[in-house]
Amino acid sequence: MSLRIERTRALALLQDDGRFGVRHLGVTQGGALDWVSMRWANWLLGNALAAPVLEITLGGLALSVEADGVLGLAGADLGATLDGAPLPPWRAVAVRRGQRLAFDGPKLGVRAYLAAPGGFEAPALLGSCATVVREGLGGLEGDGKPVAEGDVLRWRGPLPEHRRMPATAIPDWSGSATLDVVVGAQIGGFDGQSLFDAFNTPWQIDTRSDRMGMRLLGPALRSKTRTMISEGVPLGAVQVPPDGQPIVLLNDRQTIGGYPRIGALTPLAIARLAQCLPGSAVRLRPVVAAQAQQAHRRALASWP
Amino acid sequence: MTPRIEVSALDCLTLRLFDRIDERNMPWLLAAAERLTERLGSALIDLVPSYTTLLIHYDLNRLTVDQARAAVLDALNGLTAAEDLGGREHLVPVWYDRRVGPELALIAERAGLEVDTVIERHAAHAYQVFALGFAPGFAFMGLVEECLATPRLATPRKRVAAGSVGIADRQTAAYPVASPGGWNLIGRTPVRLFDYRQDGYSLLRPGDRVRFEPIDHAAFLRLGGDDSAMPAMEHDR
Repeated sequence: MSLRIERTRALALLQDDGRFGVRHLGVTQGGALDWVSMRWANWLLGNALAAPVLEITLGGLALSVEADGVLGLAGADLGATLDGAPLPPWRAVAVRRGQRLAFDGPKLGVRAYLAAPGGFEAPALLGSCATVVREGLGGLEGDGKPVAEGDVLRWRGPLPEHRRMPATAIPDWSGSATLDVVVGAQIGGFDGQSLFDAFNTPWQIDTRSDRMGMRLLGPALRSKTRTMISEGVPLGAVQVPPDGQPIVLLNDRQTIGGYPRIGALTPLAIARLAQCLPGSAVRLRPVVAAQAQQAHRRALASWP
Repeated sequence: MTPRIEVSALDCLTLRLFDRIDERNMPWLLAAAERLTERLGSALIDLVPSYTTLLIHYDLNRLTVDQARAAVLDALNGLTAAEDLGGREHLVPVWYDRRVGPELALIAERAGLEVDTVIERHAAHAYQVFALGFAPGFAFMGLVEECLATPRLATPRKRVAAGSVGIADRQTAAYPVASPGGWNLIGRTPVRLFDYRQDGYSLLRPGDRVRFEPIDHAAFLRLGGDDSAMPAMEHDR
């Protein structure tokens, strides 16, 4: 019960929810950047929502199916095909031994999530299989390597449920993204013009973006907080280094940091940002924590 | 000490206890960490201590921001500094040598000291672990004597060997694994600092105290050290 990697020029990583309870040791969180799509991929098969999945970035990946089974596909449309026939995301699909599954390149979104019955097999290190390349932790062999040609991804489960996703649950990624920011942290140190600019101008996603952080290009934001003593930084933190260009810190970020922050993206906004291509525009919107929490709880209730 | 609680994210609060780096902060930070762990129980996901703060990551499905804030305030009620830091004492062997510590000469020159004196002074103190970060098991320790304080390299190295011991301003640290880095390197330890297969994973933890013990080349090799040379950097400051 497995898939074999035939060819890859994609960044394809085994991921789950990430590591928790170890950040005081300097170990980063890791885990699927678009946690919403990861959950749907698993839900489609009746898996635990955070079972190990394959996170495929931008495409350029071909796999051969080595056993009959069912796979769950959610997240970006990377032009996937099964034996050449188009395979759009947000569905469970029956596969047969000998078939070829390919991810060509991004049509909508950036990261596709592929789930298998019961989740892919991978050793749990510090409670998670999440692949963090920089730390050499997680993945198929536990050494932080992305999946490579010839790797075999095994799954554990018996024949799964074969669920159909409610059409209303498929996210709308058309148009530019508006990302909710819970304001706080050192926001008091930024001048008025910077605060206006932060929330009233489109930001362009820089090509220098990865799983540690995404850089945003736009007007320079100025803070009177010059040097800070390093402190723990949360997922989604919007930090502003001296060049004034914000960086949104993501799952593989360093655990402590010393740049002033205007706040942090909500978990839902982080999932949305993970699907924005470099060069695309996003807007930041300040939100009140209580409202954002309600929206978050509503979203969690959407996995029936 | 007037604690401040700041919203850092939808599911994170920053508890700010101090405004400056001081070894006397640690007993308070550790005491607060213990209280928070007790009070928040399983609603606490992660607790990240640093020099002056604690980042409190709580379960968004269990607590609202207001409930989390109230719980933190409650935990701090009547807080006193920990009498016993609870931290461990470590003796970490270091081979101080130009071959693996190319900035030894630079630090000596800046301080107007002999290289041997720099080594003596670096090894003369028990340093406190203030925080772990940058990489798994990378412990920020201090404070080194003022005369040894040296700013980070203008251009970081692309690769610093595992075990390298360095100085940045008044802090000192050892790199658990090979990584890029901009600290001034003065030696190397053969000790393994982070191992996810070992209980506790990280040798050093916030609140621990570390004393460096100079060892010679033969002892370094005997303890399994890798003595491959670290090239010097151009200095443009």
